[in-house]
Amino acid sequence: MIDATLAEISRALESGKISSVELTKAYLDRIAQENADLNAYITVTEELALSQAEAADKSRSEGKAGAFTGIPIAHKDLFCTNGIRTSCGSKMLDNFIAPYDATVVDRFNTAGAVTLGKTNMDEFAMGSSNETSFYGPVKNPWDHSLVPGGSSGGSAAAVAARLCAGATATDTGGSIRQPASFSGITGIKPTYGRVSRWGMVAFASSLDQAGTMTQSAEDSAMMLNVMAGLDEKDSTCSTIDTEDYTANLNKPLEGLKIGLPVEHFSEGLSADMEKSIREAIAEFEKLGATVKDIHLPNSHLSVSAYYVIAPAEASANLSRYDGVRYGYRCENPVDLEDMYKRSRSEGFGAEVKRRIMVGTYALSAGYYDAYYRKAQKIRRLIKNDFQAAFEEVDVIMGPTSPHTAFAIGSQNDDPVTMYLEDIYTIAVNLAGLPGISIPAGFINNLPVGLQIVGKDFAEAQLLNVAHQFQQATDWHKKAPGE
Amino acid sequence: MSIELADVENIAHLARLHLTDGEKKEAADSMSNILKLIDQMQSVNTDNIEPLAHAFDSVQRLRDDKVTESNNRNELQKIAPESEEGLFLVPKVIE
Amino acid sequence: MEWETVIGLEVHVQLSTASKLFSGTSTEFGADPNTQANIYDLAMPGTLPVLNKEALKMAVKFGLAIDAEIGKTSVFDRKNYFYPDLPKGYQTSQLDFPTVGKGTLTIDMEDGTHRTIGVTRAHMEEDAGKSLHEDFHGKTGIDLNRAGTPLLEIVSEPDLRNAKEAVAYLKKLHSIICYLGISDGEMSQGSMRCDANVSVRPKGTTELGMRTEIKNINSFRFVEKAINIEVERQIDLIEDGGTVTQETRLYDSEKNETRSMRSKEVANDYRYFPEPDLLPVVIDDTFIEAVRETLPELPDIKKQRFQDQYGLSEYDAMVLSADLDTANYFEEVTTVCDDAKLSTNWVMGDLQAYLNKEEIPISESIVSAKALGGLISRIKDNTISSKIAKTVFEAMLAGEGDADSIIESKGLKQVTDTGAIEALVDEVIANNPDQVQQFRDGKEQVIGFFVGQVMKASQGKANPGQVNQMLKEKLAE
Repeated sequence: MIDATLAEISRALESGKISSVELTKAYLDRIAQENADLNAYITVTEELALSQAEAADKSRSEGKAGAFTGIPIAHKDLFCTNGIRTSCGSKMLDNFIAPYDATVVDRFNTAGAVTLGKTNMDEFAMGSSNETSFYGPVKNPWDHSLVPGGSSGGSAAAVAARLCAGATATDTGGSIRQPASFSGITGIKPTYGRVSRWGMVAFASSLDQAGTMTQSAEDSAMMLNVMAGLDEKDSTCSTIDTEDYTANLNKPLEGLKIGLPVEHFSEGLSADMEKSIREAIAEFEKLGATVKDIHLPNSHLSVSAYYVIAPAEASANLSRYDGVRYGYRCENPVDLEDMYKRSRSEGFGAEVKRRIMVGTYALSAGYYDAYYRKAQKIRRLIKNDFQAAFEEVDVIMGPTSPHTAFAIGSQNDDPVTMYLEDIYTIAVNLAGLPGISIPAGFINNLPVGLQIVGKDFAEAQLLNVAHQFQQATDWHKKAPGE
Repeated sequence: MSIELADVENIAHLARLHLTDGEKKEAADSMSNILKLIDQMQSVNTDNIEPLAHAFDSVQRLRDDKVTESNNRNELQKIAPESEEGLFLVPKVIE
Repeated sequence: MEWETVIGLEVHVQLSTASKLFSGTSTEFGADPNTQANIYDLAMPGTLPVLNKEALKMAVKFGLAIDAEIGKTSVFDRKNYFYPDLPKGYQTSQLDFPTVGKGTLTIDMEDGTHRTIGVTRAHMEEDAGKSLHEDFHGKTGIDLNRAGTPLLEIVSEPDLRNAKEAVAYLKKLHSIICYLGISDGEMSQGSMRCDANVSVRPKGTTELGMRTEIKNINSFRFVEKAINIEVERQIDLIEDGGTVTQETRLYDSEKNETRSMRSKEVANDYRYFPEPDLLPVVIDDTFIEAVRETLPELPDIKKQRFQDQYGLSEYDAMVLSADLDTANYFEEVTTVCDDAKLSTNWVMGDLQAYLNKEEIPISESIVSAKALGGLISRIKDNTISSKIAKTVFEAMLAGEGDADSIIESKGLKQVTDTGAIEALVDEVIANNPDQVQQFRDGKEQVIGFFVGQVMKASQGKANPGQVNQMLKEKLAE
């Protein structure tokens, strides 16, 4: 039963075929067996999970259950969970017991979900391979010598290895979509502002967005129904109405106009990957969609602009980690400066320090216009490109990643190589648009992800398009080890 | 655009990071590479383009001026590295 | 060499909202450390700001009161630096697009002249917490109750030319913010803080000299002293061949000198950028007009009205209108007794002397405006003389009741009955023949003696005017 999709589990719980407690115990057992190897979870919340499962079963027996009651999920360790360690994959917060729940967490708790634990991630969400975590790398369930992708590598691995029914995750430059593609699962990053950021530890405030990792689009829709919507505590959270994201999954795709950015199908994309992706897109044509080439002429600048904006915002967001009120403090500080410098240098890993430095530099006197302001202008160009493209097409498709999962430790020489992993995903964050990655094939037995990008607040359409593909194909049903 | 060691030291200080000599050299190298990446932005003329700070044209919501929070000092200071008599303690600050 | 002083003032005003600028925590003064510091104020990971509507209204209200441009779109920015009383490691402030733009206010000098002083801008920002450097065995204690309290930073143009003008500016500013009810303006409690930017230049030149910023001045008196001593220091320095360095200096009130601050200011690159957790603040004309409706009659308008409506001198009008409570008190007294001149004298004289002695504000006066008005009414209707009124006032201050009950219980009613007065006058004249002769011989000032005698005989209750009149008539016979 624990290999089933979230939707199937929901139906099984509803029909009484299985109880939440049984289900939760099964997941906990499997985690106990496999997590030591995969390292997908940083914290397993066994006691909490069982008590929530009991409460869920009780509420079901009283006729008060909802669609999500009793479903065991995991939260990326970037979401604050009251009374539970929230580490963000960092030594800096290894001892941080969050004093409150993130809105996302609170909404799942209210919906009756069961929290299995907090998943591993690149430190402070900075990375594309889950190798920068203080708690060690996560292994790709398809091949343990490979990375699962990052920064939400733990959530991706947990879902792929069926260590939970679904997981929350976050995406700033591709951190949901890229690990979803490397791990053969479905990952959606909603429109910026669709989901509350209250309690979601900030990396790059204008780019961060919470989303889901699941086995299918239908599962994502169920999770999004719980998560999405206005939160007064987040000024950047949208007031635009939400909808039932499961309602139109079955709408036929006849007449759907798909755009393929020529820039995403040029050098840098391996022949294998291009073949897989084009074959996947051909499936949509069978379903009645039309395909045409479109242009995103400034997309080649997206990584540059991102690596100014994100580190700049991060450099300020991470200033609060100073050893004063919570988190890591160095031993026997000699004076205040020593306390700041050693606490931060010992508490943060190399990639985090690197990005703080880059961000600080980009904002520093004399460089603001050339870097930060320039990057914000590039950002507008990129957004304009998408707006122009969406005049002609409904959705934009392409590869999520230039290649399949790479080996752990293989990309450590030059940070820029790692940054270019996100070449197809980053522009979507800069423009604030929704994007999903779905399993679309295999190359050498490793998963391939297809990215679909929609207009703002078009999550329902994205999920519909993805769901129709998942009705016509079975890539998403494949699991590691089969 | 490349980074000198003096720049690295200045930035590290602004960011309150301590780097060893080896780390400074490494930072200068990797930052220089990153700056090469970033400098690609200069290839496009953006003179007449307005910067985009927020993805959508929304405006700030206003909060009613009400006290909604109560004293939670005990809970919140449980996780403090050092506190005494309700205050957070740090090494002495000289003004 | 003749020197000209150029002064600009940066005043931080703590806005008297109930909750903080970006969180719903209380701003009440005097709470135990860190009992008014929630997860946002402590900069816990994942917390986010939402703007306090009342703070925005107060900022706009101030802008309207100084006829300033109101920023219909204003933006918050992050000002980045590390200090233990700054939890986020950045202060959320406003840089390029403040809520209030250019405005003016008029300062009143002691010699009766007025000057218009420019205000460059006013913007909202968060206050920092407090550091306590004693008592912790070599450590510093941080209290974040104050962190996040809304501040309005008001920047003047460098239009002020001496310390007295600076004080006049501060006093007018203080008056305006108290009138508007946006702050209690208590410099001693830190609700109003002043930093002075001071430079000198040869008289007649237009280029600005190098300026220093003086911080830590917490009273009007110290502002004057600090500026004067700094001007002296700069002039001495330049005349000795030195140059003024642009730096921040602290004013030491005990030694009456300024000294350079330590490296807090060394190469502080604040790396400002727009706050990504907040959206642009957009207000329309409806919002602005709604705030305008709440503006009270401002001090300068009230001062003019006091002159026009009550015939007060400019000086009296200025004194009475400087403080809103005093202005309202004065008007209520005048309404009750219908005599602006007497009201002015009593409020600015006897009442103020009492307030000064007790060191209390007029709002804590034991004698209400209505009661004082009642007392003055009894002078006007001749129930008591001005002199007796002072006795009654003393008794009112001692809490013995209102004017009527005191007059009654102490039997202080003025004797105005002509017959009674005549009897007393006749008696005094009869008993003092020598003085009568002196008067008849031309020594007119002797009448004072007779008045005194009659007053004494009547225990001070005879109407002095009538006594005087009657004595003159009788002695002239």
